This record gives sequence, structure tokens and C-alpha cells, in this order.
Amino acid sequence: MIEILASPAFNTIQDLGRHGARGIGVSTSGAMDPVALAAGNALLGNEDGAAGIEIQTFPFRLRFQEDMTFALTGADHVSTLAGSSMRPWWCKRARAGDILAIGTPRRGARVYATFGGGLDVPWVLGSRSTHLRAGFGGLEGRSLQTGDVIPVGKPPQEAARRFDFGAAPPDVAIPGAGPRDDGVLRIRVMRAGEYDLFSEAMQARFWSTAWKVSARSDRGGYRLTGDKLTLDAPIEMRSHGVVAGVVQVPPAGEPIIQMSDANTAGGYPKMAAVIQADLWRLGQAAPGSFVAFRDVSYQEAVAAMAPVNDYLASLRAVADLYRQL
Amino acid sequence: MSINQPSAPLVGAIEKSPKISLIGTLAMLVEAPGEFDLIQQGRIWALADAASSWPNVQEAVIGVTNVMLVFEQPPADIDMLAASIVELWHRLPGRKADGKVIEIPVVYGGELGFDLPAVAKHTGLPAREVIRIHSEGDYTVCAVASSPGFGYLHGLDPRIHMPRKSVPSLNMRAGSVTIGGMQTGVAALSSPNGWNAIGWASVAMFDPQREQPSLMLPGDRVRFRIDRIEL
Repeated sequence: MIEILASPAFNTIQDLGRHGARGIGVSTSGAMDPVALAAGNALLGNEDGAAGIEIQTFPFRLRFQEDMTFALTGADHVSTLAGSSMRPWWCKRARAGDILAIGTPRRGARVYATFGGGLDVPWVLGSRSTHLRAGFGGLEGRSLQTGDVIPVGKPPQEAARRFDFGAAPPDVAIPGAGPRDDGVLRIRVMRAGEYDLFSEAMQARFWSTAWKVSARSDRGGYRLTGDKLTLDAPIEMRSHGVVAGVVQVPPAGEPIIQMSDANTAGGYPKMAAVIQADLWRLGQAAPGSFVAFRDVSYQEAVAAMAPVNDYLASLRAVADLYRQL
Repeated sequence: MSINQPSAPLVGAIEKSPKISLIGTLAMLVEAPGEFDLIQQGRIWALADAASSWPNVQEAVIGVTNVMLVFEQPPADIDMLAASIVELWHRLPGRKADGKVIEIPVVYGGELGFDLPAVAKHTGLPAREVIRIHSEGDYTVCAVASSPGFGYLHGLDPRIHMPRKSVPSLNMRAGSVTIGGMQTGVAALSSPNGWNAIGWASVAMFDPQREQPSLMLPGDRVRFRIDRIEL
């Protein structure tokens, strides 16, 4: 068991999402940075999709009620375990009674705490992710609060194994995944259904603008500001399914990127879609930060997943070896 | 619209193909050509039924005269896949609205149907007439989307169409029976809602613990029954 001592708001239990229920209106939820969640689980020897805590408001503190292993991944932050500082992208063994305190990230938006054996909350429609709007999944379908006690599953590794090592974060390990010096996050997108309805001037504006992730951005979606994209002839679209990463342009002209908690359906014209290989990077974009888009083909988008998959596979392999030492 | 149109293109006529577009590498949107009607919607249902059993298709997500295929992995040959969808679209007979019939008892008006007076005013009809027209309609579930268990219902009498509110109600109760534009629906969650509440039904539209969590499914028919009127 772990006990939550401090959690300001909107910190939730997430796994890799709820898939296959969009057709009955259920959004996928799931970690905004699935690579960080999977990496934390790989450090511990859990399955990639074991449930952890997505922390996006700070300071966050929890107490371990029993000995267990855990890992911290995601945004670059400072934390302490029983008063001693701990690096991010690291796994450790905690003793019963130890307190883990996680501070505000220096860079990035979301920290993932994963636990040996994963958080053992009930499966709902094939996932443990919290669906906040509908109030199911995770812990009673809500954000975590002070005093919550969460059960942890049986760890896959015997306790005697070694647990005090880390990994290079993916934005360091994967070439080109890190931020540029100008602080603008470069995100690769594929053109989507209504791209051609925008004038060449509007298309050029979409590619050339450094868009600001506005304060009105959350797990549901990012609202971008900085310029407006308008259609010469506005269109009414019939409601259709959407997926995380779709870049929509409402009539007011400021783009929206739908994210993990987005509705299953939408009807705004679609300019583009963030590729899967960059969605986790976007998941770490904090309100106030800047993103710019780059156009890639379908083949390039597919190929871009290889370094991400390789990163996770080699991290898992090395962690498995390391625990044997 | 009329549902007495021929369901197959006339011999010799060239029928338009659906618009196919990608939303990233893991989703493909197939949009029926032409105006909205239940014939095209039925062909989308049939296409979704067929495609959802294909390998690599995680889900076929039905929308209003469109379907989004969600893939497990990026398809190896997008062009071939698109071509086979077009071919299937032209070949497959449409599905009728052959689902179950759902009867929903409604308490019209009252505290939870707080927009009924506004609807009556907007339509120029007495509140009782709005209720009569709404409860006599025969509705079809086109799609379930937007929130868990929320059915997009087709078949609202044009006499009681009513635009969505410019300022949404901050917390509309689950079970609220609403009118939004040319559509009617039953709110599945308590949440902010821009549709006009004309009544309330104590039916659980969605329960994640049920074998079939969503009461409404595409192809179902819905009838609203007057349980009580509170004016």
C-alpha cells in the first residue's frame, strides 16, 4: 500500500489507456507521456502498461506503508526519498514508512511514479486509467487526495534483487527528441482531412508559427495561441471519431490539439495529426511553452516509431540484466 | 430527408465514393458521400460491422455518416486498404435500423426540464404540444459518441428544433432529455451542457460494470414515453 500525503489537484492513476470502447463514447484516457510510464515500468520489471501515478501538480508527497520498489520518470524534477535526494529516471527500493516528496519540474510537465507490481486498482473496461469526466477507473474515478491509500500488486521481481539504478531519458537517448536552444518544441505531424481546404497562406502560417500552449490546456487538449487560421469558406462537418494528437481548427481560428482525455468525437476541420512518435513529447509540453509543427509523410511517421520502440526495448533489456548483478 | 430513396445507385449512374483520410498513422476516417440520410448511415453501420473484424483493426468508431477505423499497428499498405474500403462500400448492402427498441419514460418539464418554457417560446407552440411532438417521435441511434453512452438520435420533428444555448448550463444532470439544434438526446453524464433540457429520465444510459455498458447502440430505435408532465 502507498498513502497519499499531499496532492494539489488533477493527479491521477493512469496506464497506457482504455482501448476499444470509443464506439460507446469512452475516451482512451491513459498517460500523456506513455514512454515515461512504460520506461518506469521497465526499470522495475513490470509490464509496460502497469498502472502508475501521473503527477502534474506539485508538491506531491506519498508514504510507503510497506517495503517496495518504485521508479520516477517523466519530467526533469527534484525529489527526495526519506530526506535523501533522488534523481529522475531512477528506480529505488523504499522501506515501510519512507516518505517520497516530488518537487515541481524544471522542465516538462508530468512526472510518473511507478511501483513494483503496479497499482492494483480495479480494471474497468480493460484499463486502470482514470476517466475523470465519467468518474470511473483509477481510484474511484477521481483525482488523488490526501489520505488516499492505494494497493500495490505483487512485484514481478524477488526483493533481494538490486534496485538502485537509472536510465537516460528518451529525449536524451533518441537523436532529435530533445528541445532546441530556442525553447520551441518541434513536433512532427501528418496532414489531415481538411488541410487542403485552407489557403496556401493559412497553411504557411500553420507551419511557420511558434504556437504557445495556452493556460487553458489540460489532459483533454491543448489550446494554442499566437495566430489564427481561418477558412475562406467555413464548413459544417458531421460529428466523427477523433484520436489523440489531432490538430483541429475551430471557427475562432486558434488550433486545438486533442489529448488523452479528449472526447471520442469532434467536428472541427482537421489541419493535421501529431505522429505517435512525438505524442509523448507533446505530453510533456507545459502551459506557456511553445511548439512548432513540421510536415512528415506517412512512411516517415511510421519509421519514426522505430527509435522509440528500440529505446524502450533496450532499456528493458539492460534493466533486466542489471537487476541480476 | 426521405427514407424512401433507392438504396442502391441507379443502373448506369456513377455513385460517388466515400472520402478517406488519415488521422495520424493509427486512424483512418471514412466519410460517406452526399447528404445525411439513414440510408448512408446504414451503409456506414454495415461497413463498420465488416471492418471491425479485420485483423489489425482495434475498433470501428461510428460517427454521423462516417466511421473511423483505429489500428493496432500502422497498416503496411494504406492505398490498398483504402481501395478495399471503397470497393466494399459500393458492394455492401446497408444495414437497417434493426437494433433493439428502447423505451424511455420521461418526466417532461419541471425542475429538470428547465428549458421547456424557452423551447415553447422559440417554437411558438404550447409546452404540451412540444411534449406531444417529442414523445410521439420515432428516433434512430446513428452513433454513440462524445461522452460514454451518449446517443446521437435522428428523427426530431423540425417543428421542435431549437438551437443550442450560447451559455451552457454548468451542471446538467445525467438523464436530462435535451434538444440541441436538429437533434435530441439523453445526457449520460452530469456535466456542462449546451443543449436545452425539456425533461428527465431515470434510466442509466451508461454503466461501465454492465456487460454492455451503453444502453444505446448504433441501429437501435428510441421512443420517449410521457411518464409525467410538470408544468
